Amino acid sequence: MLCVALVSFGLMMASPIDPIDAYLGPQMAQISPEQRELITQRWGFDAPPAVQFGHWLRQLVSGDLGWSHIYNQPVSEVIGQRFQRSIALLSGAWLLSALLGFGLGVVAGAKEGSALDKVISTYAYITASTPAFWLAILAVLLFSVTLGWTPTCCAGPTGTLSQDVSVATRLHHLVLPITTLALLGIANITLHTRTRMLELMRSEVATHAFAQGASRMDVAWRHGLRHASLPAVTLAFASLGELFGGSILIEQVFAYPGLGQATVAAGLRSDIPLLLGIALFTALFVSVGNMIADTLYSVIDPRINVSGT
Amino acid sequence: MRHAQPRIRAAFSLAVTSLLVISLITSQWWLGDSPQQMQFDTRLAPPSVHHWFGTDALGRELWARTLAGLALSFWVGCLAALLSTLIALSLAALATLSRRLDALVSLLIDTLLSVPHLILLMLIAFALGGGTQAVIIAVAVTHWPSLARVLRAELLQLRQAPYVRISRALGKSRWFVLYRHLLPHLLPHCLVGGLLLFPHAILHEAALTFLGFGLSPSQPAIGVLLADAMRYLSGGYWWLGVFPGLGLLLMVLSFDRLSSHLRRAL
Repeated sequence: MLCVALVSFGLMMASPIDPIDAYLGPQMAQISPEQRELITQRWGFDAPPAVQFGHWLRQLVSGDLGWSHIYNQPVSEVIGQRFQRSIALLSGAWLLSALLGFGLGVVAGAKEGSALDKVISTYAYITASTPAFWLAILAVLLFSVTLGWTPTCCAGPTGTLSQDVSVATRLHHLVLPITTLALLGIANITLHTRTRMLELMRSEVATHAFAQGASRMDVAWRHGLRHASLPAVTLAFASLGELFGGSILIEQVFAYPGLGQATVAAGLRSDIPLLLGIALFTALFVSVGNMIADTLYSVIDPRINVSGT
Repeated sequence: MRHAQPRIRAAFSLAVTSLLVISLITSQWWLGDSPQQMQFDTRLAPPSVHHWFGTDALGRELWARTLAGLALSFWVGCLAALLSTLIALSLAALATLSRRLDALVSLLIDTLLSVPHLILLMLIAFALGGGTQAVIIAVAVTHWPSLARVLRAELLQLRQAPYVRISRALGKSRWFVLYRHLLPHLLPHCLVGGLLLFPHAILHEAALTFLGFGLSPSQPAIGVLLADAMRYLSGGYWWLGVFPGLGLLLMVLSFDRLSSHLRRAL
């Protein structure tokens, strides 16, 4: 975590964009060099980078992430609010892609070479090389513009306050983003699970089971699930970062006001505290995901002792 | 026959990919300036015999722009993948030199992997101020860890090989061994690894540009085309969004297939 903080802070220091210019915006021309000097001193930009970093780190530890000038709120509040909206999208897509991906992988692996397997594999290969945002654009074109089934944007109807939006409307707005995000995540887990299933089907365990009269589906169900679930779980948690990256693009296309959209806004409008805050937050998010995966390891497979290794 | 099929497939994908690459490389000559040429009497024309992919809001030919965008993506992807491979190779080599360096490289890899790729890309592109160079560097800097891991493992294994140990025992220096014995062995891995990186590099370049952190909006990059298409989405101008993305998908897919065929052959 400290490394992430150091690297991202270093990058921000290296940025050619002057934070004072970005803060002032169009008022830049109205300000005198003396006033500028004052702001620089007030914000501590005249200190050497190491001192600035120490200062920032100390604030960080005490829970202060700084002030976001584009939302005019403390960074931690912006992240909290945005994340609440994103979590619905992320968790929905994550569950859907993990379950569906695993299921498809098991089926494809169990019936290697069948038409079903070919369809699933081809689908997985194609989605693995599809740009996320393009899929989202296609989805909007087809379902929102042409068919009119789902709204084209946002988390609720335009012009209404977020408190007034009912759960059903919220879900209606979420359906398409979640599906799109999930469709992309499925491919990875499917291909991985399929490989695992193929491995199993060629192993002695499977041969024994076949000799006892078990069908392919029986073997897949009884042995395959356990054999393939471990890597699938790991992969599902390890792909959290990728999922988050995908959500940035998806939120941008659907204009969904979540954390991803805030990230883009922060980057494009030079809101450095917010950008740093989000980078740290997502790093934490990903690390927690990996930690959970490690813990689940030992729950699913008691032979693995995480603390010992 | 069962053994011949994968070969035929591999040859097929090689043929498709090389055809694509040749047409992309030469496209700037036979396209001329048509990607930028505006014709205001045919704005937003749907696909037809005259306008294969239709035209955009300024009457520019979409198929020319798509092709130019793919060529741009290709070059950016090539440079980024090459740079990334070089980084991976040199860091993997460094990691095998001493235990402390190894720990340092591992730490670097873990740091890079713990931030979502896209966020890191945005941070780097932001820090470098955007533009083509920034994108290439950002993509190169974020994509090496997986390849570096493979190369490091390979190097560690190779170091125990008899001919390497004999060479060391004969008093050759570390650098000599690295240069003469280890690098030639690693080159195929690098080639395949770089080729595997390539599709990712292209996709991330397009994503970055789409979000507005990458290539400048005046260039006909795929990300720019798609970001433009977003603005005309609700008007039902479907061709603006469909064709550039489809082109990108086909390019990524063809490279992806080719590299996985190659990896299996290795």
